[in-house]
Amino acid sequence: MKKENIKKVLLLGSGALKIGEAGEFDYSGSQALKALKEESIETILINPNIATVQTSDGIADKIYFLPVTPYFVEKVIAKERPQGILLAFGGQTALNCGVELHKQGILEKYSVEVLGTPVQAIMDTEDRELFVNKLDEIDVKTIKSEAVSSVADAVNAANALGYPVIVRAAYALGGLGSGFCDTEAELTTLVEKALSFSPQVLIEKSLKGWKEVEYEVVRDCYDNCITVCNMENFDPLGIHTGESIVVAPSQTLSNDDYHLLRELAIKIIRHIGIVGECNVQYAYDPKSMDYRVIEVNARLSRSSALASKATGYPLAFVAAKLGLGYGLFDLKNSVTKVTSAFFEPALDYIVCKIPRWDLGKFHGVNREIGSSMKSVGEVMAIGRTFEEVIQKGLRMIGQGMHGFIENKPLNVADIDKALKEPTDKRIFVIENAFRAGYSVDKIHDLTKIDKWFLQKLKNIADTAIELEQINDLAKVPVALLRQAKSQGFSDFQIARAVLKSDMNDAANANLLVRNLRKGYGILPVVKQIDTLAAEYPAQTNYLYLTYNGTENDVTYLHDHRSIVVLGSGAYRIGSSVEFDWCSVNALLTVKKEGWRSVMINYNPETVSTDYDMCDRLYFDELTFERVMDIIELEQPHGVILSTGGQIPNNLATRLDAQNVNILGTSAKCIDNAEDRHKFSSMLDSLGIDQPRWRELTSLKDINDFVDEVGYPVLVRPSYVLSGAAMNVCSNDEELEKFLKLAANVSKQHPVVVSSFIQNAKEIEWDAVAQNGEIKLYAISEHIEFAGVHSGDATIQFPPQKLYVETIRRIKKISGQIAKALNISGPFNIQYLAKNNDIKVIECNLRASRSFPFVSKVLKINFIDLATKVMLGIPVEKPNKNAFDLDYVGIKASQFSFSRLQGADPVLGVDMSSTGEVGCLGENTSEALLKSMLSVGYKIPEKNILLSTGDAKQKASMLDAARKLYEKGYSLYATGGTHAYLNDNGVPAIRVYWPSESDKQPQALDMLHRKQIDMVVNIPKNLSSAELTNGYKIRRAAIDLNIPLITNARLASAFIDAFCDMTLDEIEIKSWGEY
Amino acid sequence: MRQTKKAILTLEDGTIFEGQSFGFEKPCAGEVVFSTAMTGYPESLTDPSYSGQILVTTYPIIGNYGVPPRNGDANMCAHFESEKIHCEAILCQDYSWEYSHWLADRSLSEWLKEEKVVGVCGIDTRALTKRLRESGSMLGKIVIEGCDNIDFKDPNKENLVAKTSCKEIIEYGEGSKTVVLVDCGVKFNIIRCLVERGVKVVRVPWNYDFNTLQYDGLFISNGPGNPDFAEETVINLRKAIEGNKPICGICMGNQLLSKAAGAKIYKLKYGHRSHNQPVREVGSNRCFITSQNHGFAVDNKTLGADWEPLFINMNDDTNEGIRHKTKPFFSAQFHPEACSGPTDTEFIFDKFIELL
Repeated sequence: MKKENIKKVLLLGSGALKIGEAGEFDYSGSQALKALKEESIETILINPNIATVQTSDGIADKIYFLPVTPYFVEKVIAKERPQGILLAFGGQTALNCGVELHKQGILEKYSVEVLGTPVQAIMDTEDRELFVNKLDEIDVKTIKSEAVSSVADAVNAANALGYPVIVRAAYALGGLGSGFCDTEAELTTLVEKALSFSPQVLIEKSLKGWKEVEYEVVRDCYDNCITVCNMENFDPLGIHTGESIVVAPSQTLSNDDYHLLRELAIKIIRHIGIVGECNVQYAYDPKSMDYRVIEVNARLSRSSALASKATGYPLAFVAAKLGLGYGLFDLKNSVTKVTSAFFEPALDYIVCKIPRWDLGKFHGVNREIGSSMKSVGEVMAIGRTFEEVIQKGLRMIGQGMHGFIENKPLNVADIDKALKEPTDKRIFVIENAFRAGYSVDKIHDLTKIDKWFLQKLKNIADTAIELEQINDLAKVPVALLRQAKSQGFSDFQIARAVLKSDMNDAANANLLVRNLRKGYGILPVVKQIDTLAAEYPAQTNYLYLTYNGTENDVTYLHDHRSIVVLGSGAYRIGSSVEFDWCSVNALLTVKKEGWRSVMINYNPETVSTDYDMCDRLYFDELTFERVMDIIELEQPHGVILSTGGQIPNNLATRLDAQNVNILGTSAKCIDNAEDRHKFSSMLDSLGIDQPRWRELTSLKDINDFVDEVGYPVLVRPSYVLSGAAMNVCSNDEELEKFLKLAANVSKQHPVVVSSFIQNAKEIEWDAVAQNGEIKLYAISEHIEFAGVHSGDATIQFPPQKLYVETIRRIKKISGQIAKALNISGPFNIQYLAKNNDIKVIECNLRASRSFPFVSKVLKINFIDLATKVMLGIPVEKPNKNAFDLDYVGIKASQFSFSRLQGADPVLGVDMSSTGEVGCLGENTSEALLKSMLSVGYKIPEKNILLSTGDAKQKASMLDAARKLYEKGYSLYATGGTHAYLNDNGVPAIRVYWPSESDKQPQALDMLHRKQIDMVVNIPKNLSSAELTNGYKIRRAAIDLNIPLITNARLASAFIDAFCDMTLDEIEIKSWGEY
Repeated sequence: MRQTKKAILTLEDGTIFEGQSFGFEKPCAGEVVFSTAMTGYPESLTDPSYSGQILVTTYPIIGNYGVPPRNGDANMCAHFESEKIHCEAILCQDYSWEYSHWLADRSLSEWLKEEKVVGVCGIDTRALTKRLRESGSMLGKIVIEGCDNIDFKDPNKENLVAKTSCKEIIEYGEGSKTVVLVDCGVKFNIIRCLVERGVKVVRVPWNYDFNTLQYDGLFISNGPGNPDFAEETVINLRKAIEGNKPICGICMGNQLLSKAAGAKIYKLKYGHRSHNQPVREVGSNRCFITSQNHGFAVDNKTLGADWEPLFINMNDDTNEGIRHKTKPFFSAQFHPEACSGPTDTEFIFDKFIELL
């Protein structure tokens, strides 16, 4: 029964989204908080991630936007004095912090009880040696490995085991610092890097090619256990589970296999003593019943979020209740509401998770996927055949693919190699291989992917080839069309297979197929996820569409009383949890205003795909085809496109053409803002300035335009060959190189070149308008000068350093734009300001990334207001203004360069951050310090390495350098910077670049010896040349986990902040106290 | 496209589902039941308790790992639950024509054809299951394109226990203790579970008067259909419970022991057929996930005064086992021998063996 002494509970969040630790913890934390609230327990949340749903009003009683580190958590504990703490809901960040709090005796000191899994059990699973010993006690096989703490020991261990070996770092997120090594040289490099993150490294025998299977297990304090879900990786062992395509339930395991592993999972959870949820990962021999336990995660994980979505079993909610002392038998199944929560879901569908990579955004990154995680998001597809889910999933990824087949051709030079050495594109290489006549057996030999999966993929290829024999849509046999749809073919894929090069107008071809199949009665049906495979009726509407069925599970009223909100799809660089917050808030307002709320989204890491957030959740694609299918079934009053980021926004014109009622700003106006030419001429007619730009189709035109506007220029190709999509070029050489290597310039693929303005301020305008009149707005300023993508920039709200004149002009221009586009709903404009000269860079007629940030700082919910506007409710201008705030909010970006081997950690016009935090403070310094500490920076102790770029940047950093010197820091500087500092009376010690290898001391050596506490490395020019001295220093700082700043303005601001105030002076105030 | 024959399922209420044949091509009829298990089709198909039934799998993709070989000895094959397929047909959404498993030596389709059993895919098994849930289990028949029609047939009107039970005594294992196993349609894994625990098992036909034999413990197996047909077994059991030798029963065994204890049995609307049935031990916090396959249940209220419920189903409060208040007699409605399904309750065998 429930523990009666627990009245107040502290929950640790996971901080900024990063590779390996993303939106899934917003979902699990929100669920846990909901569970506590139901018990009338007061909840305190520490999480600096301001864009999350869990840090919203009404989820936790008090929220602290502070770093999740022992120092700050102790301060909050001392202030709040909670009786209990939950460590399992904030990923590895919260778990590590909890272990540290326990070790330092802080939990004991303040009598805080760890609810759920005891800390000892966490340590038993996190420390590899303890873990292996623990499982040895119950004769459960683990991968035999040796714990080492030096490179020499690692080499000895590997020699004893025999290569290939795998290196694993203990206490690491998502396999950070882990990898396979075939040789001693590879081992040495990897171990050195891993040891910089973790005191201990494991050397193991590699089991490459075995199956990888996971079980999600739940145990209550009465020792009752269930396995909620099992999952099988499509990719065999060797590819991190976060990098693998995963299906649930397992597909190639027999009953004996399944239950052998299930029985072991329960034996393990009992022996370790988990109370709550854990995940057990196995390597399983494809040729016998031999197995190894890979690891146990004693916390909610990415897999558990996936399992919750895959089954409808709310793992985090249940785990929180179990932590309070409930038994599983006390709880009800939240879907049926009548059956017990002590059960194991039976699925009558298959789900498929596919990772989303954004490796193209980075310079120099290694595209091979392996034992450490690089993906930034994931999707989950639900269907009733494997063919259906894999094709749905590959479309959901949103990187221009239409499914497994009928995509833009992929040029694979060496298919064998590409199959053997997997990259983010491997699944499409398999398609190429089928086309090239490879057999399932041969592909299996090269990839070790189970033949069952490959055969299913071949079924798709066979259907495509059959369709390709036909050249006329009307001649496609009905049965073949039906088979294609049941194998997940989109209308587009069918059109492309049949029409081939005759398909000029893709949108129209889509409609041709759509009408054809509707004429034949080939329509998808809606099925419910009910946890019990139809054995009991479900009380919730967790839905998906499939062509493998004949009957809908739900009945449609067609009373036009529902509102469909389109979600934001896979998390990716540039679109993540902030749009989930927007979508969730739109749903809440829709419901509050008396409409039925309907969500379409397919991202398992989100709160918006929680079936109790809305009246109907369609866990399905956001393609035109699928959205139309749902709209035709649902017949809603209208559709909201503006809260889910760019994916729904892009559907505006096509939905409008089908007479779908788009709520808020009209599709025509959205198009006028999205279309560069239309928008530009509108600005011209309004007399609003913008950086000069032109769309060009030949090298000569580009050169002519550059002659006109001068360097630097921003170049945006429409067809990218490799590398980043945008680049700044400062001279002819850079321009030529970029256009030659990275872009294809032609009539079909024009390039947009615009004048790039240096040393200008960048300003964000976030607002809500109704019928063209602005109702609410927020102006924020970037700390960095323009040139750093707005998603990577450090943003301050309210602005502290803008001229009143600038603000006045921006308000005026924004008002003109709102009126001209007759905006009703959320919108965002980005401005450049230099002296009081204002230029518009971009305008989006939708919510932007910074909406949750400004909403929470201003304490007015922009989305709530925008949704009311879109529902046609007259709204008043709120009686509050940013100038009334006596505090500052700062949003800082989280980078995940450490996971992206080889990537140059330098910021540019293309976004590279994976997450963000937002913290409040009395002034800029306090807010900045909190946010920088929240994204992993540390206040340096002693030694700082400076190389501060060109003359202008050197000058701008001088004050900060002097401040550091005066504070007693030792400054180390490379040649130019050293000379400059000494000339200006700031003593610094000279260090040498890697290219000056004959001189001492070498900067790189100092980094490797951990003699440097912070690196400020400002690249000299805006293009990022690879393999330069600067790159080596930056990369070493990242690989050795030394704080690195590459922007002079941010570096100065951070240095100011930690020189102006100490850690002690940071106030511990909850959001409500500001 | 693969060319397959059309197969039509007709339910007794007239509902029609159309699919494709992937098994033996002949008409068939039986009681249509659904199972929500996600693995274990070779075990289920060979489970005698499915005798006379048309099995609908709610898990849509079937046949993935093929069929294991018929290893083992004359009296027991290694990977199956009996010598043959017992159900009339298997129905699923998506059949995997190509299988993949190291142990398999043929596809499900090939096996069905060998054993002359019907297989149909392309059926919306969720829609079908919902119909069975709402209306209760129904009779159904399958007619395959080009084959004759057939009449509905109610398997609950025939003595399926007699049909599936062994016809003569078979002995298994070695040990100082002897267990008599009354075969009402026994699954091999019950025999395996007993033999593994070092006892000699004497498997006798369902109506054999075991009271004439020397034994240390009595075990009543699972079995198909309506327990009322096994009245002879109940009569023999009534004699046995006058004594003090340990008795254990599973599934049909639970129902027959309950009948011997005076209880009434009733037919469930659509039965329990799954791997995820939650049961709770009466009077404790111990809960178990169990494998189940039954259409009839014991009425708790009608148990004799000396008896009490041992386990209760946590979803619908139906009886999941009984025990005698003083004597070493107990039984479970679920399947502690699993196969297929979770193995959490195998301790039931340990308990029984301890009592010998």
